[in-house]
Amino acid sequence: MRKRFLAAVAALLLGGSFASGASAADKLKVGFIYLGPVGDLGWTYQHELARQALVKEFGDKIETTYLENVSEGPDAERSIEQLVRAGNKLIFTTSFGYMDPTLKVAKKYPNVHFEHATGFKHDKNMSIYNGRFYEGRYIQGVIAGKMSKAGVLGYIGSFPIPEVIMGINATMLGAQTVNPNIKVKIIWVNTWFDPGKEADAAKALLDQGADIIMQHTDSPAAMQVASERGKLAFGQDSEMIKFGPKTQLTSIMDNWAPYYIARVKAELDGKWKEEDTWGGLKSKMVVMAPYTNMPDDVKKLAMDTEGAIIDGKLFPFKCPVIGQDGKEVECKGGTRLDDGQVLGMNFYVKGVDDKIPGK
Amino acid sequence: MELVEAIILSVLAASTPLLIAATGELVTERAGVLNLGVEGMMIVGAACGFGGAWLSGSTIIGALCGIIAGALLSLIFAMMTLGLAVNQVASGLALTILGIGLSGLIGAGFVGERITPAPHLHIPGLTDIPLIGRILFGEDPFIYLSLALIVAVWWFLYRTRPGLVLRACGDNHVSAHALGYPVLRIRTFAVMFGGACAGLAGAYLPLAYTPFFIPGMTAGRGWIALALVVFASWLPGRLVIGAYLFGAVTILQLHAQGAGVGIPSQFMSALPYLATVIVLVLISRARTGGSTAPAALGTVFVPDR
Amino acid sequence: MQLVLEKRAERSNTIALVSPLIAIGLTIVTMSILFVILGKNPISALIVYFIDPLTDAYSLQEIAVKASPLVMIAIGLSLCYLANAWNIGAEGQFLIGAVAGSWLAVKTQGTDAGFWVLPAMLLLGAVAGALYALIPAICKVRFGASEILTSLMLVYVADLLLDYLVRGPWRDPAGFNFPTTAEFDPVATVPILVEGGRLHLGAIITLLIVAAAAVLLGRTIKGFEIRVVGAAPRAARFGGFNANQLILLTFAVSGALAGLAGIIEVAGPVGHLQPGISPGYGFTAIIVAFLGRLNPIGILIAGLFLALTFIGGEQAQIAMKIPLDVTKVFQGILLFYVLACDSLILYRFRLVFASRQVSSGTG
Repeated sequence: MRKRFLAAVAALLLGGSFASGASAADKLKVGFIYLGPVGDLGWTYQHELARQALVKEFGDKIETTYLENVSEGPDAERSIEQLVRAGNKLIFTTSFGYMDPTLKVAKKYPNVHFEHATGFKHDKNMSIYNGRFYEGRYIQGVIAGKMSKAGVLGYIGSFPIPEVIMGINATMLGAQTVNPNIKVKIIWVNTWFDPGKEADAAKALLDQGADIIMQHTDSPAAMQVASERGKLAFGQDSEMIKFGPKTQLTSIMDNWAPYYIARVKAELDGKWKEEDTWGGLKSKMVVMAPYTNMPDDVKKLAMDTEGAIIDGKLFPFKCPVIGQDGKEVECKGGTRLDDGQVLGMNFYVKGVDDKIPGK
Repeated sequence: MELVEAIILSVLAASTPLLIAATGELVTERAGVLNLGVEGMMIVGAACGFGGAWLSGSTIIGALCGIIAGALLSLIFAMMTLGLAVNQVASGLALTILGIGLSGLIGAGFVGERITPAPHLHIPGLTDIPLIGRILFGEDPFIYLSLALIVAVWWFLYRTRPGLVLRACGDNHVSAHALGYPVLRIRTFAVMFGGACAGLAGAYLPLAYTPFFIPGMTAGRGWIALALVVFASWLPGRLVIGAYLFGAVTILQLHAQGAGVGIPSQFMSALPYLATVIVLVLISRARTGGSTAPAALGTVFVPDR
Repeated sequence: MQLVLEKRAERSNTIALVSPLIAIGLTIVTMSILFVILGKNPISALIVYFIDPLTDAYSLQEIAVKASPLVMIAIGLSLCYLANAWNIGAEGQFLIGAVAGSWLAVKTQGTDAGFWVLPAMLLLGAVAGALYALIPAICKVRFGASEILTSLMLVYVADLLLDYLVRGPWRDPAGFNFPTTAEFDPVATVPILVEGGRLHLGAIITLLIVAAAAVLLGRTIKGFEIRVVGAAPRAARFGGFNANQLILLTFAVSGALAGLAGIIEVAGPVGHLQPGISPGYGFTAIIVAFLGRLNPIGILIAGLFLALTFIGGEQAQIAMKIPLDVTKVFQGILLFYVLACDSLILYRFRLVFASRQVSSGTG
């Protein structure tokens, strides 16, 4: 035992110290900034899976690095700049709060390319990308409308930002197509991540009569509560069927790998340019987990809805969209709300009996 | 009425980790030691508790792993503050940093795994009584354990001689020492009891509450446990009330939202902390000659030889 | 036979000098073992942590940026702790300072308010921090409520207040509902010292505060009073010093410094008010205060050193893929060793062959 330990020390001392640096010169270095720990099972975890997919795809041609648990406060700018200074030429910053720091660093290093997730500010060397998760929410709404016996959905919200508001609205619009009287109860937990609180919120919603749980928070806690109570739920960010084999109807999965692979390939080919990507089901940035725990007719309806969205025949926010006050929302996109209206969404559609906090 | 039953069930479950951790800290503080590292010990307890249960398939072994991990971590704190007379505030904060790091390293291997949560009690007949059946006879074992623990602690502190000695150490270590009591040894036990409880409280989260491990899953509950001890003015009976009150505020705030009552959630969340400050002022004022806080709380003691 | 700790007749100056070296030595040994277990080369790892960040101007600047709020808060806390007043709510005072200063920045946004905005913001931040710190101090002096606990509770209240403001009344109208105020105007921003870097005026303010604290403690009656009240309360009473007044004073000063650090951080590196502006500065500063042995120069060194481990930890993640958790363990162990070794300045170990023969009662 001791011998092995000493041998390990010797090997590390002799071998390890020169390993880095030598062959790394011609590799493309790709960096990532993560909000949570890589093992959060949710948002950060999905980005990490995509990073691993990159490594698998490009092998020796690239070298990837990540910084995890980077707070969105004063440290973010430094963390990003550290990646630049370590020679990373393409850097993905994977949370909204990194927007301003990314922009600052991007202005300082015009030769490095940045990719910022979920924000709205960009620059000539800073692309933005996000998923049209609301497309998945619409399908979930259709399923929920069919599956809910009580006609009441339970929705766990993180923060009342447009991303979450548009999810609630898309869900309701989907659900209303099959059950015009569907109701939704919303609880804001004011966190992306606190399994205990998410579980408490799920319990409260079920206790108040909801029979299907939908969440815009990251952990599988709510799924697991629904499973314990014999109710149904939708997963979030990742495949959560493991936490509710008889519970999960489907899950909206963030699938960043195709985008990351495309962007790295563009960088390797010298063809990277600034883009504003908002990919949905069609580009597979948003992927639905298998439709489970539902009768065949609902499954078929879900798949048809998915197909129609992919084919561009169905738009979740097609006009007319009626607001909570009963008035029609201005239709800037011709036949549907335009992307700007969706991205800044700050109203509930008709049928949501609640008020947006802080409004 | 069913809603009331359901709310009470949620409140009991949400309060239990707070109650267990606070019970341990209460004993530690009663002996005159302030250990601010509860959060760190809890999260390590959660990681080890989950790991133990996942590897062995047994909730009990998981709980034991959590207890042992918490106790071991608190032993480091005891060695620092009691053995080496280091400042307790600084050591407690260092313990939290260490604990968060350790839990991440330990837990890295278990992320994404799930276990079967601890079973709930079921006594045919009794558990099925409407309204009160599940509340009284259908909880998970930790809830009964937490109540047994606090009763035992009350009995120990107020009905036994070692308990009296422990309180004496907390109120005046110089006198206790002069009377010949091994102050440092007693305090070490008290600190380790606190650590064991924190470890168990942490383990409760992945073993019964949300049966998986995620780094940072304690989400500040250790700090709340610290607040609770003060809120309870170091009295076991009030600790139970405080823990359930705190749990109730958390749960009711969620229910209020679900029912569409529009109070900013931050105000509701801030209430328990403000209440703690006010209670502290009130109890300190009520007793002339200072507060009910253990008089020697947080102070360093090195026996003269 | 047992090993016991006993108080030295006077503090050991030799230990005071070598203790940090022993602590660092012990940390290096412990961490090397951990690195080997993790399959990393311990020597490269230690170089990345301790040496690399010191070798380029950029990292040095970043160390100063990171250390600046830590040192500023810790200086205030050290005055409290010397006077035996236990303020552990600096995190809350930091946040309140940030909120108060930001109020002005938000109110003057887009107006043609002049250069006075920033100084006024800093003043507001300091005053608000001081007032917030006075709450636990008054509770202590007036009612005898433990300041350790009240100051800690008020941290959460401050955090939730900030949260409420940036999600509600002060939210950037053009910010898509995200919980942040708009970017502060240039007149409400702390100026940068070196073009293209992040080193800001706060660093200089911090240095001035360190110097002021050194003078206060070393050369003035008030400083003497603080030290006497803390070290020998009875003697202080005979000397006619008013301990309560001193608690109020030191709490106010430490609150003001924490509040100042808060508004500088918001108006400097962050640039707007948002939740999460403090990665635990108020708590980390407590450790800095103790690592620096409650001495202004010591605190400066300790703050820089702790900042070094943050920067080094980040570089270790990049260069060697060492997980962040290892850095936390590393910091925890380092703190324990430093605190433990420092204990030997005032105490020493002695082997006792026959322990005192007093029965420990019947219980």
